[in-house]
Amino acid sequence: MPPKVDLNKCDGCQAQDEPLCEQVCPGNLMTLGENAKAYCRELRDCWDCMSCTKVCPKGAIDTRVPYQLGYHGASLTPMMGTNSVTWTCVDLNGNVERFRVKTRGRYGE
Amino acid sequence: MAYQPPKDPQEIPVEEVSCGLLIIGGGNAGCFAAVEARKLSPEMDIVIMEKAHISRSGATAAGMDAINTYIPPGKTPEDLVRWSRSQVGGGPIREDLALTNAQELNQAVDDLEDWGLPIVRDDEGNIKYRGGWDISIRGEALKPIMAEKAIETGARVYNRVVATNLLMDGEKCVGAMGFGLRDGKFYVFRAKATIVATGGACGLYKSYTADSTTSHHQTWMCPFNVGTGYAMGIRQGAEMTSMEQRWVATRTKDFCGPVDTISVGYRSAMINGRGEKILEKHYAHLGGDKAPRYIRANAPMDEWLAGRGPTFVDTTHLSDEEAKELKIDYLCERPSFVLFLASRNHDVTKEPIEIYGSDPYIVGGHTQSGYWVDVERMTTIPGLFAAGETAGGNPNKFVGGCAAEGKLATRGALKYMQAVTLPPLDQARMKAQIEAEKARVFSPLMKGAEFDGVSPVEMEERMQRLMDEYAGGTSQFYRTNEERLDYALRHLAMLKSQIGLLHAGDLHGLMLAHEVIDRLDVAEVLCHHLKHRRETRWPGWQTRSDFPEADPALDCFVETVRDPLTGEIKSFTRPYEQVVPGDRFKPTLDGKF
Ligand SMILES: Cc1cc2nc3c(=O)[nH]c(=O)nc-3n(C[C@H](O)[C@H](O)[C@H](O)COP(=O)(O)OP(=O)(O)OC[C@H]3O[C@@H](n4cnc5c(N)ncnc54)[C@H](O)[C@@H]3O)c2cc1C
Ligand code: SF4
Ligand code: SF4
Repeated sequence: MPPKVDLNKCDGCQAQDEPLCEQVCPGNLMTLGENAKAYCRELRDCWDCMSCTKVCPKGAIDTRVPYQLGYHGASLTPMMGTNSVTWTCVDLNGNVERFRVKTRGRYGE
Repeated sequence: MAYQPPKDPQEIPVEEVSCGLLIIGGGNAGCFAAVEARKLSPEMDIVIMEKAHISRSGATAAGMDAINTYIPPGKTPEDLVRWSRSQVGGGPIREDLALTNAQELNQAVDDLEDWGLPIVRDDEGNIKYRGGWDISIRGEALKPIMAEKAIETGARVYNRVVATNLLMDGEKCVGAMGFGLRDGKFYVFRAKATIVATGGACGLYKSYTADSTTSHHQTWMCPFNVGTGYAMGIRQGAEMTSMEQRWVATRTKDFCGPVDTISVGYRSAMINGRGEKILEKHYAHLGGDKAPRYIRANAPMDEWLAGRGPTFVDTTHLSDEEAKELKIDYLCERPSFVLFLASRNHDVTKEPIEIYGSDPYIVGGHTQSGYWVDVERMTTIPGLFAAGETAGGNPNKFVGGCAAEGKLATRGALKYMQAVTLPPLDQARMKAQIEAEKARVFSPLMKGAEFDGVSPVEMEERMQRLMDEYAGGTSQFYRTNEERLDYALRHLAMLKSQIGLLHAGDLHGLMLAHEVIDRLDVAEVLCHHLKHRRETRWPGWQTRSDFPEADPALDCFVETVRDPLTGEIKSFTRPYEQVVPGDRFKPTLDGKF
């Protein structure tokens, strides 16, 4: 389920030694192209773990379901907070679902 | 600037690193191993060698929604061993390992909560059980939390360094070697003791979702864990156990996601195309919903084979609120599954979720394939310890058990290293070993642009299709027989004879080349294990169509050792020893399911 990088949003993580998406990808798949924008070097090898999508400070990465497995047009977008993440999911009919999920700290506190 | 591969091994920079404890693989077990080492020894010089980046690597990279084992009040470590033993059809399992692990388990999980992992609790503050032994967590950040603690120890972490082989001093392991994915260096780590914690082996078999899709890694296990940890030991003659007990699991169809989340967490029965409850209807005599894991795992595929597919977990009884909770669980563990549902406009309260069998994995944290270890977690190679998915004999470890085993392996390693002094690297035989490994590792990069060879992907796909069709993959409903295994071994040998044709244009390609080389070594050993077990003990995990019944004479462990000089693989058995009393086939002392 390959990541698709929005070239208008990605700034190549300018100040970093290594862009954040490249740092976290467990499969070493994200890297910078000659245009200084990120891309996934082997779409077929992506595990769809969404680590790159979650870490991108610019919200530039959209996770896509390969068409052969899921139809075109749905989206799932994380917004990372300090101790939680808010996910927005949109299905093919445009129905929106939102989920706020704790990521750190004692449950219930 | 485009990457320029080296032309000569002499051009490759070498970095030598010496330490007390080397941890290969900074995953779940590896991070706990580092924390334990610091706790026991403020002076210990700890090094972690990690192929990815420890903040998001391995099985837990995407997060986790449960910890599958945590001993509830009123139950004992012995009870956990009984349950675990029954899940694998009475074993045989290594009860010495299972028991020591169970004794350590809850503390490891408590550590995680102290470190900031949210464990779901009820209004009174009690931990909420999902099933008999598993608890729910909000584990999106499980991996970064473990990584931060490992980094806090002051361990030197070498991210993006891929281990390729052990460093040996005669029969003893004294570290490991590998290459830097970013800097192209050759690394030599010299250590008094080494823990191999590289996770399991994914991608030995073809995943059915790879057919006619652009998605080659639609697998449940992390596809970047390829079994290098096993392969490194196999090449040095380490004894491997129970490799034939493959992990085949029921997974969501067309998107290989976990199913326990739905079936256990939301009491959703598995049903077939006719709407029959599969386990109740066909497996009541084996415990129904509580049947051993391999029965449950194999049931949907048996339904397909019997012409009663497709198969589902029935979620149509869920309320909207429960459906939302279910999606939250997935967002914590396999978030893209929620996207997958949306991409099919799938309302789980109206339509059940389709399930199917996964491709087979070698994962000693789930089933029990891996290194034969002693109770200190030392492998048969002195100085080399194993923890987590790499350590065999002890199934059903999962997150908590792999963490606990990381600690146990560290304790063993620290005891062992008291009597060890490191061999100097300038000894002639050390030098020769290092030079030979450097040449082997970089050879796919030095073929030149005109080279007419084989790409890692071509070789990998050939191997995966071979294993799928001949060594009991999904397309064959996990069945194999003597003739097919012989065929698989013949072709694995041909593939191995063509390793010299592998070529890579950059360091990422070099990693892919070594991934297929390592998988071939594991696949070959696996076929020998499958050959030795001339019976069917765990249908699905291990099914021999030529020997469909269990043979009482094989109620023992199947082992292999590969001769490091000749490459010949010998298989033999070891006896089972019952340590924890009770009926082996029942999960509880009173015999109730
Ligand atoms: C999708 C999924 C869901 C799961 N759900 C649950 C659950 O709900 N509850 C539960 O208890 N368990 C669950 N598990 C199981 C659990 O995550 C694993 O059993 C456990 O985390 C494995 O720990 P490990 O340390 O052995 O391996 P890992 O955590 O995978 O660590 C292996 C490490 O070794 C590194 N590595 C690999 N090769 C090399 C090399 N050549 N050189 C250097 N480093 C290398 C990897 O990058 C990785 O960091 C799940 C697993 C998966 C995949
Ligand atoms: S993390 Fe985001 S902004 Fe940074 S390089 Fe990657 S896609 Fe671009
Ligand atoms: S989704 Fe995961 S595997 Fe795929 S490119 Fe992003 S970080 Fe890598």
